Amino acid sequence: MCLAVPVLIQNIEGTHGVVELGGAQRTISLMLTPEAKVGNYVLVHAGFAIGIVDEEEARETLGLLEQMAAFYDGDDKVNLP
Amino acid sequence: MKFIDEFRDPHLARALVESIRQRTHGRLRLMEFCGGHTHAILRFGIRALLPPSLEMLSGPGCPVCVTSSADLDHAMAMAHIRGVILATFGDMIRVPGSRGSLQKARADGADIRIVYSPMDAVKLAEKNVSRPVIFLGVGFETTAPGVAASILQARQQGIKNYFVFSLHKMTPPATKAILDGGEVDISGILGPGHVTTVIGTDAWRFLSEKYNVPMAVAGFEPLDILRGISMLVDQINEGHARVDNAYPRGVLPQGNRTALAIMNEVFEACDAEWRGLGVLRESGMRIRDTYAAFDASKAFRVTLTPSYDPPGCRCGDVLRGILSPPDCSLFRQTCSPENPIGPCMVSPEGACVAYYQFGEKRVDD
Repeated sequence: MCLAVPVLIQNIEGTHGVVELGGAQRTISLMLTPEAKVGNYVLVHAGFAIGIVDEEEARETLGLLEQMAAFYDGDDKVNLP
Repeated sequence: MKFIDEFRDPHLARALVESIRQRTHGRLRLMEFCGGHTHAILRFGIRALLPPSLEMLSGPGCPVCVTSSADLDHAMAMAHIRGVILATFGDMIRVPGSRGSLQKARADGADIRIVYSPMDAVKLAEKNVSRPVIFLGVGFETTAPGVAASILQARQQGIKNYFVFSLHKMTPPATKAILDGGEVDISGILGPGHVTTVIGTDAWRFLSEKYNVPMAVAGFEPLDILRGISMLVDQINEGHARVDNAYPRGVLPQGNRTALAIMNEVFEACDAEWRGLGVLRESGMRIRDTYAAFDASKAFRVTLTPSYDPPGCRCGDVLRGILSPPDCSLFRQTCSPENPIGPCMVSPEGACVAYYQFGEKRVDD
Protein backbone atom coordinates (compact mmCIF):
# COMPACT_ATOMS: atom_id res chain seq x y z
CA MET A 1 0.00 0.00 0.00
CA CYS A 2 2.84 2.40 0.80
CA LEU A 3 4.68 1.55 -2.39
CA ALA A 4 6.05 4.60 -4.18
CA VAL A 5 8.22 4.55 -7.28
CA PRO A 6 10.71 7.13 -8.53
CA VAL A 7 9.65 8.55 -11.90
CA LEU A 8 10.97 11.37 -14.07
CA ILE A 9 8.73 14.38 -14.68
CA GLN A 10 8.79 14.95 -18.44
CA ASN A 11 6.30 17.76 -18.59
CA ILE A 12 4.11 19.84 -16.29
CA GLU A 13 0.59 21.00 -17.12
CA GLY A 14 -0.95 23.04 -14.31
CA THR A 15 -0.95 20.87 -11.18
CA HIS A 16 -0.25 17.72 -13.20
CA GLY A 17 2.98 16.10 -14.23
CA VAL A 18 3.46 13.84 -17.24
CA VAL A 19 5.61 10.84 -16.39
CA GLU A 20 6.50 7.47 -17.81
CA LEU A 21 5.28 4.72 -15.54
CA GLY A 22 5.49 1.05 -16.41
CA GLY A 23 6.27 1.84 -20.06
CA ALA A 24 3.22 4.06 -20.51
CA GLN A 25 2.80 7.83 -20.28
CA ARG A 26 0.69 8.79 -17.29
CA THR A 27 -0.48 11.94 -15.65
CA ILE A 28 0.15 12.32 -11.94
CA SER A 29 -0.95 15.02 -9.51
CA LEU A 30 1.67 17.46 -8.23
CA MET A 31 -0.70 18.95 -5.62
CA LEU A 32 1.48 17.57 -2.80
CA THR A 33 4.78 18.66 -4.38
CA PRO A 34 4.07 22.06 -5.99
CA GLU A 35 7.80 22.82 -6.11
CA ALA A 36 8.53 19.87 -8.46
CA LYS A 37 10.11 20.80 -11.79
CA VAL A 38 10.52 19.14 -15.19
CA GLY A 39 13.59 16.89 -14.92
CA ASN A 40 13.00 16.06 -11.23
CA TYR A 41 12.42 12.50 -10.14
CA VAL A 42 9.44 12.23 -7.81
CA LEU A 43 8.16 9.39 -5.62
CA VAL A 44 4.74 8.48 -6.98
CA HIS A 45 2.12 6.83 -4.79
CA ALA A 46 -1.53 6.30 -5.81
CA GLY A 47 -1.34 8.91 -8.56
CA PHE A 48 0.34 11.60 -6.41
CA ALA A 49 3.93 12.72 -6.19
CA ILE A 50 4.55 12.54 -2.44
CA GLY A 51 8.17 13.71 -2.49
CA ILE A 52 10.97 14.90 -4.76
CA VAL A 53 13.98 12.59 -4.99
CA ASP A 54 17.14 14.38 -3.83
CA GLU A 55 19.74 13.35 -6.41
CA GLU A 56 22.63 14.80 -4.44
CA GLU A 57 21.68 12.75 -1.36
CA ALA A 58 21.38 9.66 -3.55
CA ARG A 59 24.91 10.17 -4.91
CA GLU A 60 26.24 10.80 -1.42
CA THR A 61 24.67 7.56 -0.12
CA LEU A 62 26.16 5.56 -2.99
CA GLY A 63 29.54 7.24 -2.45
CA LEU A 64 29.55 6.23 1.23
CA LEU A 65 28.62 2.66 0.32
CA GLU A 66 31.37 2.53 -2.32
CA GLN A 67 33.91 3.58 0.31
CA MET A 68 32.64 0.81 2.56
CA ALA A 69 32.84 -1.68 -0.30
CA ALA A 70 36.43 -0.63 -1.05
CA PHE A 71 37.24 -1.39 2.59
CA TYR A 72 35.75 -4.88 2.34
CA ASP A 73 37.11 -5.61 -1.16
CA GLY A 74 39.02 -8.83 -1.41
CA ASP A 75 36.93 -10.28 1.36
CA ASP A 76 34.89 -13.04 -0.27
CA LYS A 77 33.24 -14.49 2.82
CA VAL A 78 29.80 -13.33 1.76
CA ASN A 79 28.19 -15.07 -1.18
CA LEU A 80 25.04 -13.53 -2.49
CA PRO A 81 22.53 -15.90 -4.03
CA MET B 1 20.49 7.53 -12.42
CA LYS B 2 16.99 6.11 -12.09
CA PHE B 3 17.21 5.44 -8.33
CA ILE B 4 16.32 1.75 -8.56
CA ASP B 5 19.08 -0.44 -10.03
CA GLU B 6 21.84 1.62 -8.39
CA PHE B 7 20.35 0.66 -5.03
CA ARG B 8 20.37 -3.05 -5.90
CA ASP B 9 24.11 -3.24 -6.59
CA PRO B 10 25.33 -6.67 -5.33
CA HIS B 11 28.89 -5.43 -4.75
CA LEU B 12 27.72 -2.72 -2.37
CA ALA B 13 25.16 -5.06 -0.77
CA ARG B 14 27.95 -7.54 -0.04
CA ALA B 15 29.94 -4.89 1.82
CA LEU B 16 26.92 -3.90 3.91
CA VAL B 17 26.16 -7.53 4.73
CA GLU B 18 29.75 -8.14 5.79
CA SER B 19 29.76 -5.03 7.92
CA ILE B 20 26.48 -6.07 9.61
CA ARG B 21 27.83 -9.58 10.23
CA GLN B 22 31.03 -8.31 11.80
CA ARG B 23 29.29 -5.87 14.09
CA THR B 24 26.32 -7.94 15.27
CA HIS B 25 27.03 -9.16 18.81
CA GLY B 26 24.48 -11.26 20.67
CA ARG B 27 20.84 -11.66 19.87
CA LEU B 28 19.09 -8.75 18.16
CA ARG B 29 15.43 -8.46 17.27
CA LEU B 30 14.59 -5.74 14.81
CA MET B 31 11.05 -4.97 13.78
CA GLU B 32 10.35 -3.78 10.26
CA PHE B 33 7.23 -1.71 10.76
CA CYS B 34 6.24 -1.71 7.13
CA GLY B 35 4.75 -4.59 5.14
CA GLY B 36 6.62 -3.28 2.09
CA HIS B 37 9.87 -3.94 3.97
CA THR B 38 8.75 -7.46 4.92
CA HIS B 39 8.19 -8.22 1.24
CA ALA B 40 11.46 -6.69 0.07
CA ILE B 41 13.44 -8.47 2.82
CA LEU B 42 12.07 -11.87 1.76
CA ARG B 43 11.90 -11.18 -1.98
CA PHE B 44 15.53 -10.04 -2.23
CA GLY B 45 16.73 -12.80 0.09
CA ILE B 46 18.03 -10.30 2.66
CA ARG B 47 16.82 -12.37 5.62
CA ALA B 48 18.99 -15.25 4.51
CA LEU B 49 22.10 -13.04 4.46
CA LEU B 50 21.76 -11.69 7.98
CA PRO B 51 23.59 -13.30 10.88
CA PRO B 52 21.47 -16.02 12.57
CA SER B 53 21.37 -14.02 15.82
CA LEU B 54 19.75 -11.06 14.06
CA GLU B 55 16.04 -11.66 13.81
CA MET B 56 13.66 -9.56 11.72
CA LEU B 57 10.06 -9.35 12.97
CA SER B 58 7.26 -8.03 10.82
CA GLY B 59 5.09 -5.31 12.29
CA PRO B 60 1.64 -3.77 11.84
CA GLY B 61 2.54 -1.71 8.76
CA CYS B 62 0.00 -3.07 6.32
CA PRO B 63 -3.05 -0.79 6.15
CA VAL B 64 -5.20 -3.45 4.53
CA CYS B 65 -4.28 -6.00 7.21
CA VAL B 66 -4.97 -3.73 10.18
CA THR B 67 -8.43 -2.70 8.93
CA SER B 68 -10.88 -4.25 11.37
CA SER B 69 -13.63 -6.68 10.39
CA ALA B 70 -16.19 -4.14 11.67
CA ASP B 71 -14.85 -1.44 9.31
CA LEU B 72 -14.78 -3.89 6.40
CA ASP B 73 -18.38 -4.89 7.13
CA HIS B 74 -19.31 -1.20 7.25
CA ALA B 75 -17.72 -0.64 3.81
CA MET B 76 -19.55 -3.65 2.42
CA ALA B 77 -22.87 -2.39 3.77
CA MET B 78 -22.21 0.94 2.01
CA ALA B 79 -21.43 -0.87 -1.24
CA HIS B 80 -24.88 -2.47 -1.10
CA ILE B 81 -26.75 0.85 -0.85
CA ARG B 82 -28.88 1.21 -3.97
CA GLY B 83 -27.22 3.36 -6.63
CA VAL B 84 -23.85 3.62 -4.87
CA ILE B 85 -20.58 3.10 -6.70
CA LEU B 86 -17.87 2.03 -4.25
CA ALA B 87 -14.37 2.86 -5.49
CA THR B 88 -11.41 1.14 -3.84
CA PHE B 89 -7.75 0.33 -4.25
CA GLY B 90 -7.34 -3.18 -5.63
CA ASP B 91 -5.66 -4.39 -2.42
CA MET B 92 -8.96 -4.29 -0.54
CA ILE B 93 -11.12 -6.31 -2.88
CA ARG B 94 -10.40 -9.81 -1.56
CA VAL B 95 -9.98 -9.01 2.14
CA PRO B 96 -12.43 -11.11 4.15
CA GLY B 97 -14.81 -9.33 6.54
CA SER B 98 -17.29 -11.13 8.78
CA ARG B 99 -19.52 -12.05 5.85
CA GLY B 100 -17.35 -12.26 2.77
CA SER B 101 -15.26 -9.76 0.87
CA LEU B 102 -15.92 -6.83 -1.45
CA GLN B 103 -15.38 -9.32 -4.26
CA LYS B 104 -18.33 -11.31 -2.95
CA ALA B 105 -20.36 -8.12 -2.57
CA ARG B 106 -19.61 -7.39 -6.22
CA ALA B 107 -20.74 -10.89 -7.21
CA ASP B 108 -23.93 -10.20 -5.24
CA GLY B 109 -24.61 -7.15 -7.41
CA ALA B 110 -22.83 -4.25 -5.69
CA ASP B 111 -21.11 -1.81 -8.08
CA ILE B 112 -17.50 -1.86 -6.93
CA ARG B 113 -14.75 -0.29 -9.04
CA ILE B 114 -11.01 -0.63 -8.59
CA VAL B 115 -9.12 2.62 -8.98
CA TYR B 116 -5.41 3.41 -9.01
CA SER B 117 -5.80 6.86 -7.47
CA PRO B 118 -8.47 8.68 -5.44
CA MET B 119 -8.45 11.19 -8.31
CA ASP B 120 -9.85 8.41 -10.52
CA ALA B 121 -12.74 8.12 -8.06
CA VAL B 122 -13.38 11.88 -8.39
CA LYS B 123 -13.52 11.38 -12.18
CA LEU B 124 -15.99 8.52 -11.68
CA ALA B 125 -18.20 10.90 -9.71
CA GLU B 126 -17.94 13.48 -12.51
CA LYS B 127 -19.06 10.91 -15.08
CA ASN B 128 -21.89 9.50 -12.94
CA VAL B 129 -23.54 12.66 -11.64
CA SER B 130 -26.76 10.92 -10.59
CA ARG B 131 -24.97 8.32 -8.46
CA PRO B 132 -23.02 8.66 -5.23
CA VAL B 133 -19.41 7.54 -5.53
CA ILE B 134 -17.86 6.46 -2.24
CA PHE B 135 -14.08 6.11 -2.13
CA LEU B 136 -12.87 3.62 0.45
CA GLY B 137 -10.03 5.52 2.12
CA VAL B 138 -7.59 2.96 3.45
CA GLY B 139 -3.93 3.75 4.05
CA PHE B 140 -1.39 5.42 6.31
CA GLU B 141 0.11 8.89 6.08
CA THR B 142 1.57 7.99 2.67
CA THR B 143 -1.93 7.72 1.21
CA ALA B 144 -4.07 10.08 3.29
CA PRO B 145 -2.72 13.36 1.80
CA GLY B 146 -3.74 12.25 -1.71
CA VAL B 147 -7.19 11.31 -0.48
CA ALA B 148 -7.44 14.70 1.27
CA ALA B 149 -6.37 16.36 -2.00
CA SER B 150 -9.13 14.48 -3.85
CA ILE B 151 -11.70 16.03 -1.48
CA LEU B 152 -10.25 19.51 -2.04
CA GLN B 153 -10.36 18.87 -5.79
CA ALA B 154 -14.01 17.69 -5.65
CA ARG B 155 -14.96 20.77 -3.65
CA GLN B 156 -13.17 23.07 -6.07
CA GLN B 157 -14.98 21.48 -9.02
CA GLY B 158 -18.33 21.65 -7.22
CA ILE B 159 -18.76 17.87 -7.34
CA LYS B 160 -21.54 16.92 -4.93
CA ASN B 161 -21.67 13.14 -5.39
CA TYR B 162 -18.11 12.29 -4.22
CA PHE B 163 -17.70 10.85 -0.73
CA VAL B 164 -14.86 9.30 1.23
CA PHE B 165 -15.25 6.61 3.86
CA SER B 166 -12.08 7.34 5.81
CA LEU B 167 -10.40 4.42 7.52
CA HIS B 168 -7.00 6.13 7.37
CA LYS B 169 -4.62 5.46 10.20
CA MET B 170 -1.46 6.96 11.65
CA THR B 171 1.67 4.91 12.17
CA PRO B 172 3.28 6.41 15.31
CA PRO B 173 0.35 5.43 17.61
CA ALA B 174 0.55 1.80 16.41
CA THR B 175 4.29 1.74 17.06
CA LYS B 176 3.68 3.12 20.56
CA ALA B 177 1.00 0.47 21.15
CA ILE B 178 3.41 -2.33 20.23
CA LEU B 179 6.07 -0.96 22.59
CA ASP B 180 3.57 -0.27 25.39
CA GLY B 181 2.16 -3.79 24.98
CA GLY B 182 5.56 -5.19 25.91
CA GLU B 183 4.83 -8.56 24.28
CA VAL B 184 7.95 -8.45 22.14
CA ASP B 185 11.44 -7.42 23.06
CA ILE B 186 12.50 -5.07 20.26
CA SER B 187 16.13 -3.93 19.91
CA GLY B 188 15.38 -1.47 17.13
CA ILE B 189 12.84 -0.48 14.52
CA LEU B 190 13.32 -0.21 10.77
CA GLY B 191 11.17 2.83 10.03
CA PRO B 192 8.72 3.08 7.12
CA GLY B 193 10.29 5.01 4.22
CA HIS B 194 7.32 6.46 2.41
CA VAL B 195 5.23 7.18 5.50
CA THR B 196 8.23 9.18 6.69
CA THR B 197 8.54 10.98 3.32
CA VAL B 198 5.29 12.60 4.45
CA ILE B 199 5.62 12.84 8.26
CA GLY B 200 9.41 13.34 8.48
CA THR B 201 11.98 11.72 10.76
CA ASP B 202 11.21 14.26 13.51
CA ALA B 203 7.83 12.55 13.99
CA TRP B 204 9.69 9.47 15.27
CA ARG B 205 11.85 11.21 17.86
CA PHE B 206 9.58 10.00 20.66
CA LEU B 207 11.02 6.50 20.09
CA SER B 208 14.47 7.42 21.33
CA GLU B 209 13.33 10.12 23.75
CA LYS B 210 10.56 8.19 25.52
CA TYR B 211 11.31 4.54 24.80
CA ASN B 212 15.07 4.53 24.21
CA VAL B 213 14.46 2.45 21.08
CA PRO B 214 16.71 2.99 18.04
CA MET B 215 15.08 3.67 14.68
CA ALA B 216 16.48 3.87 11.16
CA VAL B 217 14.09 4.99 8.44
CA ALA B 218 14.74 3.04 5.25
CA GLY B 219 13.71 2.94 1.61
CA PHE B 220 12.65 -0.24 -0.13
CA GLU B 221 15.61 -1.26 -2.29
CA PRO B 222 18.05 -3.83 -0.90
CA LEU B 223 20.81 -1.28 -0.20
CA ASP B 224 18.33 0.96 1.61
CA ILE B 225 17.16 -1.85 3.86
CA LEU B 226 20.68 -3.15 4.56
CA ARG B 227 21.87 0.37 5.33
CA GLY B 228 18.95 0.82 7.72
CA ILE B 229 19.82 -2.44 9.49
CA SER B 230 23.48 -1.43 9.59
CA MET B 231 22.56 1.91 11.21
CA LEU B 232 20.43 0.10 13.81
CA VAL B 233 23.31 -2.24 14.64
CA ASP B 234 25.56 0.83 15.08
CA GLN B 235 23.09 2.51 17.43
CA ILE B 236 22.73 -0.67 19.48
CA ASN B 237 26.51 -1.09 19.73
CA GLU B 238 26.94 2.54 20.76
CA GLY B 239 24.16 2.16 23.33
CA HIS B 240 22.62 5.36 22.06
CA ALA B 241 19.11 5.42 20.59
CA ARG B 242 18.28 8.02 17.96
CA VAL B 243 16.41 8.32 14.66
CA ASP B 244 18.75 7.68 11.73
CA ASN B 245 17.81 8.33 8.13
CA ALA B 246 18.93 5.60 5.73
CA TYR B 247 16.76 7.09 2.99
CA PRO B 248 17.89 10.71 2.75
CA ARG B 249 17.10 10.92 -0.97
CA GLY B 250 13.40 10.51 -0.15
CA VAL B 251 12.99 11.59 3.48
CA LEU B 252 13.55 14.92 5.23
CA PRO B 253 13.51 15.64 8.99
CA GLN B 254 10.38 17.79 8.62
CA GLY B 255 8.67 15.58 6.01
CA ASN B 256 6.55 16.98 3.21
CA ARG B 257 4.99 20.11 4.68
CA THR B 258 2.54 20.64 1.80
CA ALA B 259 1.25 17.07 2.09
CA LEU B 260 0.93 17.40 5.88
CA ALA B 261 -0.93 20.71 5.55
CA ILE B 262 -3.42 19.23 3.05
CA MET B 263 -3.89 16.13 5.20
CA ASN B 264 -4.49 18.22 8.33
CA GLU B 265 -6.80 20.60 6.47
CA VAL B 266 -9.21 17.75 5.68
CA PHE B 267 -8.63 15.16 8.42
CA GLU B 268 -8.44 15.25 12.20
CA ALA B 269 -7.33 12.59 14.64
CA CYS B 270 -9.90 10.15 16.04
CA ASP B 271 -9.84 6.85 17.89
CA ALA B 272 -9.62 3.89 15.53
CA GLU B 273 -9.78 0.14 15.75
CA TRP B 274 -6.78 -1.82 14.50
CA ARG B 275 -6.88 -5.53 13.87
CA GLY B 276 -4.64 -7.12 16.47
CA LEU B 277 -4.11 -3.94 18.46
CA GLY B 278 -7.68 -2.96 19.38
CA VAL B 279 -8.90 0.62 19.63
CA LEU B 280 -5.98 3.07 19.75
CA ARG B 281 -6.52 6.65 20.88
CA GLU B 282 -6.15 9.31 18.23
CA SER B 283 -4.70 6.84 15.71
CA GLY B 284 -7.32 7.28 12.99
CA MET B 285 -8.16 10.12 10.63
CA ARG B 286 -11.73 11.32 10.26
CA ILE B 287 -12.99 14.03 7.96
CA ARG B 288 -13.31 17.41 9.69
CA ASP B 289 -16.76 18.99 10.00
CA THR B 290 -15.78 21.64 7.43
CA TYR B 291 -15.74 18.86 4.84
CA ALA B 292 -18.67 16.87 6.29
CA ALA B 293 -20.46 17.02 2.92
CA PHE B 294 -17.83 14.58 1.61
CA ASP B 295 -17.93 12.25 4.60
CA ALA B 296 -19.58 8.96 3.61
CA SER B 297 -19.96 7.91 7.26
CA LYS B 298 -22.21 10.96 7.82
CA ALA B 299 -24.02 10.92 4.47
CA PHE B 300 -24.93 7.24 4.50
CA ARG B 301 -26.31 5.50 7.55
CA VAL B 302 -26.28 1.74 7.39
CA THR B 303 -27.46 -0.93 9.80
CA LEU B 304 -24.55 -2.88 11.14
CA THR B 305 -24.66 -6.33 12.67
CA PRO B 306 -21.98 -7.67 15.01
CA SER B 307 -18.64 -8.37 13.35
CA TYR B 308 -16.21 -11.14 14.05
CA ASP B 309 -12.75 -12.16 12.91
CA PRO B 310 -12.27 -15.33 10.87
CA PRO B 311 -12.27 -18.34 13.24
CA GLY B 312 -8.76 -19.59 14.00
CA CYS B 313 -7.12 -16.65 12.23
CA ARG B 314 -4.08 -15.26 14.03
CA CYS B 315 -3.41 -12.23 11.82
CA GLY B 316 -3.68 -10.07 14.93
CA ASP B 317 -0.71 -11.89 16.50
CA VAL B 318 1.28 -11.61 13.25
CA LEU B 319 0.61 -7.86 13.18
CA ARG B 320 1.90 -7.45 16.74
CA GLY B 321 5.09 -9.30 15.85
CA ILE B 322 4.47 -12.13 18.34
CA LEU B 323 3.79 -14.82 15.72
CA SER B 324 5.82 -15.57 12.61
CA PRO B 325 3.45 -16.56 9.76
CA PRO B 326 4.87 -20.08 9.28
CA ASP B 327 4.06 -20.77 12.95
CA CYS B 328 0.33 -20.18 12.41
CA SER B 329 -1.51 -23.51 12.27
CA LEU B 330 -3.56 -22.33 9.27
CA PHE B 331 -0.48 -21.27 7.23
CA ARG B 332 -0.23 -23.32 4.01
CA GLN B 333 -2.81 -25.72 5.49
CA THR B 334 -6.16 -24.05 5.02
CA CYS B 335 -4.86 -20.51 4.43
CA SER B 336 -3.14 -19.58 1.17
CA PRO B 337 -3.21 -16.59 -1.23
CA GLU B 338 -5.76 -18.51 -3.34
CA ASN B 339 -7.99 -19.21 -0.32
CA PRO B 340 -7.09 -16.61 2.29
CA ILE B 341 -8.61 -16.90 5.76
CA GLY B 342 -7.19 -13.62 7.07
CA PRO B 343 -6.06 -10.30 5.56
CA CYS B 344 -2.31 -10.90 6.00
CA MET B 345 -2.63 -13.65 3.37
CA VAL B 346 -4.44 -11.29 0.96
CA SER B 347 -2.70 -7.96 0.84
CA PRO B 348 0.39 -7.67 -1.36
CA GLU B 349 2.05 -6.28 1.78
CA GLY B 350 0.72 -8.92 4.14
CA ALA B 351 3.43 -10.79 6.05
CA CYS B 352 1.76 -14.17 5.41
CA VAL B 353 1.75 -13.63 1.63
CA ALA B 354 5.43 -12.68 1.76
CA TYR B 355 6.38 -15.82 3.69
CA TYR B 356 4.14 -17.95 1.47
CA GLN B 357 5.68 -16.63 -1.75
CA PHE B 358 9.30 -16.27 -0.82
CA GLY B 359 9.75 -18.85 1.91
CA GLU B 360 11.67 -18.32 5.09
CA LYS B 361 14.82 -20.37 4.74
CA ARG B 362 18.17 -19.09 5.91
CA VAL B 363 21.41 -19.74 4.07
CA ASP B 364 22.74 -21.31 7.27
CA ASP B 365 19.80 -23.77 7.52
